[in-house]
Amino acid sequence: MITIDQVKKVAKLANITLTPEEEKLFASQLSQILGYVEKLNQVNTKNIEPTFNVTGLKNVMRTDVIGESLTQDAALQNTRPKNGFFVTKGVFEDE
Amino acid sequence: MLDLIRLNLLETVTGLRDKKFSETELNEAYLKRIQELNPKLNAFLTVENNSQGIPVGVKDIISTQNIKTTAGSKILSNYLPPFNATVVDKLMAQSCSIIGKTNCDEFAMGSSGENSAYGPTKNPWDITKVSGGTSSGSAVAVAADSCVFALGSDTGGSIRQPASFCGVVGLKPSYGRVSRYGLIAAVSSFDTIGPITKSVADAAQVLDWISGADGYDSNCQDEKFVLQPPRLQAKVKGLRVGIPREYFGAGLDSQVKMVIEKALKQLEDLGAQLVEVSLPHSEYALAAYYIINPSEVSANMARFDGIRFGSDREDFGPEVKRRIMLGTFALSTGYYDEYYKKAAVVRTLVKQDFDKAFKLCDVIVGPVSPTVAWNLGEKMGNPLKMYLADIYTIASNLAGMPGLSIPCGFVDGLPVGLQILGRYLDEETLLKVGYAYEQATDWHKQKADL
Repeated sequence: MITIDQVKKVAKLANITLTPEEEKLFASQLSQILGYVEKLNQVNTKNIEPTFNVTGLKNVMRTDVIGESLTQDAALQNTRPKNGFFVTKGVFEDE
Repeated sequence: MLDLIRLNLLETVTGLRDKKFSETELNEAYLKRIQELNPKLNAFLTVENNSQGIPVGVKDIISTQNIKTTAGSKILSNYLPPFNATVVDKLMAQSCSIIGKTNCDEFAMGSSGENSAYGPTKNPWDITKVSGGTSSGSAVAVAADSCVFALGSDTGGSIRQPASFCGVVGLKPSYGRVSRYGLIAAVSSFDTIGPITKSVADAAQVLDWISGADGYDSNCQDEKFVLQPPRLQAKVKGLRVGIPREYFGAGLDSQVKMVIEKALKQLEDLGAQLVEVSLPHSEYALAAYYIINPSEVSANMARFDGIRFGSDREDFGPEVKRRIMLGTFALSTGYYDEYYKKAAVVRTLVKQDFDKAFKLCDVIVGPVSPTVAWNLGEKMGNPLKMYLADIYTIASNLAGMPGLSIPCGFVDGLPVGLQILGRYLDEETLLKVGYAYEQATDWHKQKADL
């Protein structure tokens, strides 16, 4: 069902690196799981609305006032910052 | 001398108030207990040498300020949250303290405790068996009297199932009853924080303490749960208990079935009226769950890019990688309608089943799990086999209603949990039923021989 090629494409979308063994294993396991969920096609879903949220809450707002924020130090405490900034990959440079 | 570690929350609060012992003695006793048992059980990943406060175990997927929080993953092996989850702040305002962070399946994905990057948690009743998951450490810590109570999270049964495997009380509140602020997100439309406790009354007390909106979870209802002891202790005479025929079919272990049926008879003896109900879309609920879960997981795991926190994405464990892959596929162009949207429509049908059933009954009762705890390693080679273990618990995450697991017996020395499901926001009724059953039985007094 799911080919190794499809696994490679999905891994790229998901930003996950897989070894060739993992690609093969996932092709097989994902196919098995998708095979199981195929049974949803037996259900008559005509004219039924999807449910994405069971609370019924919508447009929950607050007044636009500044509240408490993390300090810069607290926000950076789990990484190695440079000059008080997060370090990321360059956007414009060639990889 | 009182064996302090055997006391439940209400007994502990009373004992402290009446000055029968001090907070220092309490913490010393629990810390000693953890030191004795943790090498064997692996329930705690981090232990805090406190001398004050009522000792609580907190699942390591819940943020605790400047206390290492790993979510059971290698990715967060050194992560120090810069803030407390709201539930943690609320408990600390009630004189609780965090005695430790408990082990869990990585990012709340699993059904046994075996997906933790820090080794599985062992079942205190038989250390060759799984503890259940994903709130494995929390359930074991309470069962082993290593804390007064614990917090877990339930996305597809992850409070109820380990509670049932370990012989303790586990409550999944209604979705939206407790703020998720500070809970590291797995499945945003299912995730629910809840208590794992030594008694039903304790679970009701903790829910009272942690529930209610905080302004940080826009899917949290304003309405708090308020504990009213007379209502908790009210008789269940005349209460209608729904028995779903689909939960007593072929997949249920025959010995577990006998234990559950005895429990139902006990409810009848207490005056409840048993009513057969049907949840016709039950066989599709698991399939819908295992599309929605990986889909939302794949979105929530995107934040682990190693920039603001955490290590490289290569450090995800195999189950997390599997679900990211499955979810990314299900949400990708050309597949969204066929998988995620279809599952969301089936979700509506599952919810409608419960709405219809609750016209005929006040609570729905059945098993938490088709079996008792299985051997460590037994299901690890087959992801789908592991998923099938969740068959009775996932429906209440799809539909959002509350679920309680209470000890109701044993099979081959391993605990069995009775699941009580209630209407949305009606934790009061299901706690009342749980309390009545517990008071009429002795299961909750039995402790593992450790």
